Amino acid sequence: MGSKPRLMGYRRENGAMGIRNHVIILPLDDLSNAAAEAVAKVIPGTLALPHAFGRLQFGEDLELTFNTLIGTGVNANVAAVVVIGIEPKWTQRVADGIAKTGKPVAAFSIEGKGDLKVIQEASRVAAMFLQDASGLEREAAEMGDMIMSIKCGESDTTSGLGSCPTTSQAVDRWVAAGGTVFFGETSELTGGEHLIADRCIDDACRDLFQLTYDNYIKVIEATGANLLGSQPTQGNIAGGLTTIEEKALGNIAKTGSVPVVGVLKPAEAPDPKKKGLYFMDSSSAAAECVTLMAAGGAVIHLFPTGQGNVIGNPIIPVLKLTANIKTANSMTEHIDLDVSGLLRYEYDLTKAGDMMMDVINQTVNGRLCKAEVMGHREFTFTKLYISA
Amino acid sequence: MAITPPQYLLHHDGDNVAVAMMDMQPGTLHGRSVKEGTESTAVLNHAIPLGHKFALTDIASGEAIIKYGIKVGLASAAIKKGDYIHTHNMRSYRWEASRA
Repeated sequence: MGSKPRLMGYRRENGAMGIRNHVIILPLDDLSNAAAEAVAKVIPGTLALPHAFGRLQFGEDLELTFNTLIGTGVNANVAAVVVIGIEPKWTQRVADGIAKTGKPVAAFSIEGKGDLKVIQEASRVAAMFLQDASGLEREAAEMGDMIMSIKCGESDTTSGLGSCPTTSQAVDRWVAAGGTVFFGETSELTGGEHLIADRCIDDACRDLFQLTYDNYIKVIEATGANLLGSQPTQGNIAGGLTTIEEKALGNIAKTGSVPVVGVLKPAEAPDPKKKGLYFMDSSSAAAECVTLMAAGGAVIHLFPTGQGNVIGNPIIPVLKLTANIKTANSMTEHIDLDVSGLLRYEYDLTKAGDMMMDVINQTVNGRLCKAEVMGHREFTFTKLYISA
Repeated sequence: MAITPPQYLLHHDGDNVAVAMMDMQPGTLHGRSVKEGTESTAVLNHAIPLGHKFALTDIASGEAIIKYGIKVGLASAAIKKGDYIHTHNMRSYRWEASRA
């Protein structure tokens, strides 16, 4: 380990540290995507986050959509937010949730006005937000100020041998430096969930983890479906993974060796005073999972892959690493770090961890990751059940 | 570290499957265990692609497939030492309905 790296980020009004400085145009619902995207065209440099839901949802499913929207706006990589919705009440609820951080937020509703008037009004505010955000300066940051998330995808057997153990190195170092890390993918712990339960810091944490896991599996098993081809996926199978248990142990190989200090609901933010490794209840689908983790406050994401996943996120950098030499060579525009040398014994795991930290530090300080360069901005909501 | 790149890796000594580190033809291969670093040789009976698994021991139908030192599935057919292992002869033991 060399000297401590110099990290620079954006300190937000509530003290949270971000590494990007986005002004987002956030539609409350699918109907408002067109206006939101129009504003982002009028004011280039702002970022619209279109999505598919927000209407006629109810109960826990509606709460999750609100929490995802508010959490996305609250995320420390976001400098300011314009919320646009079809009707004023829910639009204001999301804007108010974001405004608690103290960051600039404005809400616009379309009913009774039409898209064009809203686009004009929202664009004036977006222009002001963008100019103000551009004047913010980076300041010294610590890993302890920031939340990292991890989730793997298009995994194969090289994931559990190389890219996930390398991610583990980063997790252990991040937490040792006082930082917080999220992992999730509830169903993808099957066969190794006892390993996570054993790492829970106390009985309350362990009981909540086990309950969360059991509830998710009940939903899956109640369908009676043959999951082969879905979990593990066709890509996993093409990469040599045969069962959920085999995939799960590779997945768990990326979670480091530190204790699990807490269990979060989907999109839930952790207690800022309690740092460490958290489990977040989540789907194992890449875009859903990263969207939930960003809504929970993650500002950077590590994504180990085997066969080659291309996912990104609109507000947080998603760094890809692989130990599959074929993927590293054939998908260079998506892969931020090739650790295939680990499996050829060209270097050891500590060295792979050093390589990972170098890429993380550069990304924290503003260098774009491959997913950002390629324009991957998957913003995907988790839907718990049908809408009314 | 001057180590010849292994042709297969197993996670732990005692695992009964290994993973091919390159596209492999049948024959005798050299490999090692990741955890303990134990070097070994093993016979492969079939051509398999990078990342796919083969048996290090005979495994009777219904017996456990061990990887990471942990049961990761069951043999759904008799498997001979050196045989290719995938969905055709291995299944989940946790998700009973999940099988090829």
